[in-house]
Formats: sequence, C-alpha cells, structure tokens
Amino acid sequence: MKQPLLDMRGIVKSFSGVRALNGVSIQLDKGEVLSVCGENGSGKSTLMKVLSGVWPYGTYEGEIHFDGQQVKASSIRDTEALGIVIIHQELALVKELSVLENIFLGNELGSQARLDDEAMYQRTAELLSRVKLDVLPDTPVRELGVGQQQLVEIAKALNKDVKLLILDEPTSSLTSKEIEILLDIVKQLKTQGIACIYISHKLDEVLALSNWVAVIRDGDHIATKAADQLTQNDIIGMMVGRELDELFPRESHPIGEVMLRVKEATASQHGASRPQVDNVSFELKRGEILGISGLIGSGRTELMQCLYGSYEGQYQAQIELEGKDISIRSQRVALQAGIAMVPEDRKRHGIVPIMGVGRNITLSMLGQYCGMLGQIDEERENQDIDEYIARLKVKTATAELAIKNLSGGNQQKAIIAKCLLSKPKILILDEPTRGIDVGAKYEIYKLMYALVKEGVSIIMVSSELPEVIGISDRVLVMHEGRLKGEFDHQGLTQEIIMNCAIKEGA
Amino acid sequence: MFKKIKTNQLQLLAMLAAMLFIVVFFSIATEGAFITPRNISNLLRQTAIVGVLAIGMVFVIISAEIDLSVGSMMGLLGGIAAILDVWFHLPIALTILITVATGLVLGLFNGWWVAYQRVPSFIVTLAGMLAFRGILVGLTEGVTVAPTSSALAVVGQSYLPSGWGMSAIGLLCLGLVAKVYSRRQARSKHKVVNKAAKFEYGQATIAVVCLLTLFFVLDNYRGIPTPILIMGILILLATYVAKRTAFGRRVYAIGGNIEATRMSGVNVERTKMMVFGFNGMMVAVAALILTSRLGAGSPAAGNMAELDAIAACVIGGTSLAGGVGTVFGAIMGALIMASLDNGMSMLDVPTFWQLIVKGAILLLAVWLDVKTKKAQ
Repeated sequence: MKQPLLDMRGIVKSFSGVRALNGVSIQLDKGEVLSVCGENGSGKSTLMKVLSGVWPYGTYEGEIHFDGQQVKASSIRDTEALGIVIIHQELALVKELSVLENIFLGNELGSQARLDDEAMYQRTAELLSRVKLDVLPDTPVRELGVGQQQLVEIAKALNKDVKLLILDEPTSSLTSKEIEILLDIVKQLKTQGIACIYISHKLDEVLALSNWVAVIRDGDHIATKAADQLTQNDIIGMMVGRELDELFPRESHPIGEVMLRVKEATASQHGASRPQVDNVSFELKRGEILGISGLIGSGRTELMQCLYGSYEGQYQAQIELEGKDISIRSQRVALQAGIAMVPEDRKRHGIVPIMGVGRNITLSMLGQYCGMLGQIDEERENQDIDEYIARLKVKTATAELAIKNLSGGNQQKAIIAKCLLSKPKILILDEPTRGIDVGAKYEIYKLMYALVKEGVSIIMVSSELPEVIGISDRVLVMHEGRLKGEFDHQGLTQEIIMNCAIKEGA
Repeated sequence: MFKKIKTNQLQLLAMLAAMLFIVVFFSIATEGAFITPRNISNLLRQTAIVGVLAIGMVFVIISAEIDLSVGSMMGLLGGIAAILDVWFHLPIALTILITVATGLVLGLFNGWWVAYQRVPSFIVTLAGMLAFRGILVGLTEGVTVAPTSSALAVVGQSYLPSGWGMSAIGLLCLGLVAKVYSRRQARSKHKVVNKAAKFEYGQATIAVVCLLTLFFVLDNYRGIPTPILIMGILILLATYVAKRTAFGRRVYAIGGNIEATRMSGVNVERTKMMVFGFNGMMVAVAALILTSRLGAGSPAAGNMAELDAIAACVIGGTSLAGGVGTVFGAIMGALIMASLDNGMSMLDVPTFWQLIVKGAILLLAVWLDVKTKKAQ
C-alpha cells in the first residue's frame, strides 16, 4: 500500500493529567480534504496544534508521518518548512503592512542590503490571481475585509510551497458571498494536489467540500468516514453521542412570575458586517435557571454583556426588571439594579490576580463598608469575607492569599462570592464550569440550585451541552446573533440543540 | 526562618540594607561629616521635595499609569505661588490654598484626558511637561520672581520648636504601638493567622527607636524642619489612603487588572482621574516647599524632577506594570536617591559622575527586582 501524505497515529496529549486527546489517528492523501468535527472543547484544536508543531515533538505520544518522513517538529517553523501551514481563526496578518509585505514577511526576496521589490511584486500578483483576490499587492491589509484577509493568508501559505493547508473555522466570520469564494479556492487547491484539513461547525460546508469526515468527542476519535456516505444528522449524532450521567444534581424548585424582560437587544461592533446580537428578545422568571446555548461566536456572550453593561461597541435593548424599564449603561448600573455576572474569561475579567482572595470578593461592594472619610471598616469586611468563603467552600489557606495561587474552581467560587455579596436578583454565569474539575463543578451546580430556591434567577451560558440540559429549566439556542430556538428541558437532547445551533436556516 | 520571608519583606530588607550601606560608606568616606546632625537635617530637607512628589507618583504608578509632567507642573505651581506672594502680596493661607487648588485642577485635567479620553498617560503628561513649562515661562516672562515674603519662608525654611517636635514624635510612637495592638485584636477575632507577636512588636519597636533617634539628632541641630513635618504628615495620610480606604483599594485593583475591576462595577475612569488629581495636589505641596526654600519662583524650577520621583518609586519597589507599591517604599527610594546626591556632593564627585551613579543605581535596583521575582 502506498503511503498517505499525512499519517497521524495514536496521538495522545495530556494537560496536567487530563487527556485532551486520547489516541487519535487520521490519514490524508494529496489533493484530499479531511474535515474534523467535534463540539467546542472536544480536542480538535489540540490535534491541530500537535500537527502544526505548537506542541513540540515529545510533549505528546504517538507518531506523525508526513510526506514519507517522521515529523519531529520543535516549533511551528519546522512544520512550515515541511509544507504544513495552519490558518487560524484569528488571522495573523500585520494590519499596518501591505499585502505584499505580509506575504513575504520573514521570507523577503533579495539580499540583506536590498530587497528585490520587483520580484516580490510580480510573485504577489501571481499569488493573488491564484486565490482570485483582485487587489493591488501594495494595498494595506487593514483596508481589506475579513474574507479578503483570509485569502491573503492563503496566498501567503501558497507562497511557502504548502502541501497541507489547515483551515481552522475559516468561515465563521465571513459573509455567504465570501464563503463561496473561499470554498471555490479550496476546491481549486484540491485539483492542484494540495491536501487540506478543514475545521468547521458548518456541516453543509463540510459535506460539500470534504472527501473524509473525522469526528472527535472528548478527545476520543469516534470515526472517520467518507463524506458522501454521511448526512448532517449522522455527524451530529457522532459528535454528541454520549449519555447524561449523575453529574447533575437537579433539584425541583418553584418558578415564579416574570422577573426580567429583554426586548429587541441588538449589538454590533463598529464597522462589522453583521451585528453580534441581532434583535433578541426573551424573558426570565423568578427562580428560574435559563440556559443559553450556541456555538462560539453565536452572540451568547455578547448578549450577556449587553445585560451587564460591559459590551464594547454599540448596543441597545429594552430591558424591564420587575416591571420597571431600566437602562444599563455600565457594570455599576447593572450591579445596582441587581444584576451580577461571572464573566467567561476568568483571568482577564474575573480576578485581580495579585490581590488577596478576600479583597477580590469585596471589590464590587467596597462602598458598603465605607465610613464618612472613605475608610474601610475592616472588621465588617472580614466578617463578610469569612462568611462567604465558608458558604461557598472556597479552599484557601488564608483570605489574604493572592487569588492567583488558587485552583480554577476555587477562583471561580470566589468570583461567585463576589457576585453574591451584591445580593443580586439576577445572576449571569458565563461558562461557569470551564476548566474546572468535576468536584468543583458539582459544588457550583448545588449552589445554583440553592440560589434559585432563594428566589434568585440565573442565566447560564455554556458550551457544554450536557450541562445546559442537565441544569437548566429552559434553554435558548443562539445562532449568528439571533435567537433560534427555545426549549423546555423536559425531553431535550443534545441532538436537538446541535441541530438548532448548527444547521443553516433550519 | 528565611523561607518565611515574603517577596515584599525581602524588598524592604534589601532597601534598608542598601540604605545602611550608603550611610556607612559615606560616613567613612567623609570622615563622619555625613552623619553630623547638620548634614542629616540638610539631607532630609533635600529629600522632602522628591519625597512629596513620590507620594503622589506612587499612586499614579500603582494604577499602571505614569506622570511625566510633575517637574514642569511643580515649576508652574511654584511660579504661581511666587507670583501670588511677590506681585499680589496675598496672605500666605490664600496663596497656599490657590496653589493647591490649581494643582488639583491641573492633575484632574491630566487625569481626564487619560481616563475619559483614553489618551495614553505617557503622551498626556509628556504634553503637560512641555505645556506647563511653557505657561510658566510665559507667566513669569522668563525672569525669576523674587523675593518671596517671610511668611512663605515658613513652609520650607523654618524648624519646629523642640517641645512641639517632642510631642508630635511622642504621639506618633504611641499611635504606632496602639495601632499594632488594635490590629492584632481585630485579626485574632477573625481567626486570621497573626504574625508572631514578637515579630510585630519587634517591628514597632524598631520604628519607635528610629523615630526617636531621628528626633534627637534633628533636635541637636535646629529641630524638625517644617518640610519634613509636612512630608511626615503626608506619608501618614497617603499610607492611610492607600491601605485603609476604598479609593486606595480600588487603585491597587485597577493596577492589578483594570478589566476585572471594571467588571466589578468600580468606576475606574473616575478613580483614575482622582489619582491624577491627588498627584496634582502633592505636586502643589512640593512646589510650595521648593519656592519657599529658593525664596523665589524660577522659570527653570523643577526641571527633571519627574524622573527623580519615578526613580524613587521604582527603587522603592513600585512596579511599573501596576498593582504593586507602597508609599513607604517610595519615600525610602527618595531617601536613597537624596543620600547619594548629598554624599557625592560632599565628596566633591563631579556632577557627571553623580548622574552616572544614579542611573546605574536605578538600573541595578530594577534588575535585582526582576531577578528575585523570576526566582520565585
């Protein structure tokens, strides 16, 4: 049997004891497209990082053979030299430089003393015509749209004599017209003998483009099948096919009248082609846990930011809290109104790493301990800190220990404590259990039920479908900024949510 | 026991050791002239101006910003004080009030651009550095405004009478011990792990001994210089603001992680603007001391003082990345810089060498800091 172009065998990659990849093997031949599918966090990105040399040889188990030789890359440079080029979701172009300068960055033609501008100009023009991008080589990249920038990235890859092109969610921020062009180019590259690994949540694209589809779930390689023998439903089934277990301590609790009414929430970045949140309306009842599901980039987090006043960009929404219209223009206003949020990015938005655990907890509510001269009544402050640390079972040596020394789960509990200190009516949890061990997850779920029993309403955004189904009373599904579905948790399955979150126009 | 010493304590120890080394070195080199009461009094008076500037600057740097305009601002405010005093013969109290208020306004102006308009503080205050100096030269028409009144001279040139000084120092010592006691009580109530009693009271004892020694040395010359008294009061005030008020806590939080602080509902813009406002007031106080000491408002006054203030903060363990730093450290930094100046001048070291040595010390201090942090 002839050797395939790419042969990854039994790749195992662990992060501090947790297996992110558990023996994944994929093969790919010249001129073929392989799509890799899986939920957020299933291990797709880790696999691509192993392949492209971000994780150097020796940090994973298994073997990679490419173009007849074993790959022992120590960096992304080595794999690029072999002809493996990865194009990330976040583009790696220098916006201030021109198309030409970007394409030749690090590979400039000419001598040390003088660049050969003419040769580079000509070569750039050739490459641009190959990717059907009709701009001049000296156009600054910042003047191009996202789709065009993606094409520049591909041109850059072609310039490096690419044999295997990896596209990581290339179409997630493109318009349908741009997607069409991109798909055409990939097809054309196929005919030129270039292999391609395509990572996307858009299953229609996956099926239209690929020869093979590999599905990964929780780091396990489920199957690789020929694309023409698959339907979208087959793929979704393979992606989620796992059973809910006893991880979720569902407890019955009374649900009251409507607490929060959001009407026509819309949010967009300046100059973006489509709004990140597009005319979303929903209601939240007292004592209810509302789950919000959707793929990354579907606008879930942005919607929450609108509710908490932290969205950076233009947004508007009619928000009615307990029957009163309110306008939330800043986090301060939200907290005063009774809305607290545990942000998605714990390190960036959640903690002040060098400050003590206790001081992180009271940061939001310092005002309530202040006397006439702005002095902090440390006695009362410490009382509350002790109380909340005990209540949330934050495991820390002392309240004064810098919070960065705590585990992710305990940091998260401290952030929740910070929110609870403001006595919120509505608690927003954005990915509350990301990167947290199972035990801490369980405690957080327990706490959520304790809170709703006290009459707090919770909105939980999560990428983990079992969690959304296992914890929520009601689930909203978002897709490309719009609200696409609303489901009661009774009888809800992962397939239903995935179908709703992935399929175009369904 | 050394394992128990935390980074910040290590830094404090290193600073004290450096100070001790400088004192011993210059004392030997000058055959004792360095530690005469007269020179110590001089040295401290020299420290006062940079020290007061450093008190304001340390808050700015803790909030992860920078202020390059304080030298020019000090010149301008000193010029204004001199003009009010010499040209308009305003009463001293009014002169002080107007100068401090102007300092506050200029500081808030800087802060407004930084916090609300999001212009990097480096640029805003660089612009201020140029513009404030320009305004000063314009106002004074480039000439020295002199002579200032005897009332203004009190601020920078007078000494506290012995009895008053004794009472002030005595009160301070008592207050210190009482504070340590009450904090220990409060802590044990909350089951917070207390440091060993020996350690805390030992610290307090050392502080008391230092203060008393200082007092007797100064009293041996002419008493406590008024600028030192002013600086002392401001140290206490600023330490209190930094450690015990919500404002201070928020400044550290902003420097530690501005995004998380904003997410916690803190009005980070207003807090930042207030930091610059506070800094402006400190600059005004330093300007009054400077004008009073010089007996005149000079168009060149305060040139490059911002660099001394920043150096003092950095030597004193303030991190330019924000979130870390103490008022006491900044004062120690100012004292180290002033001691080097003073000692080298006494040894008749040429000015160019003094600059080279100060530059080298600054680099060394930060390098040591980076090294020890990496080792952790």
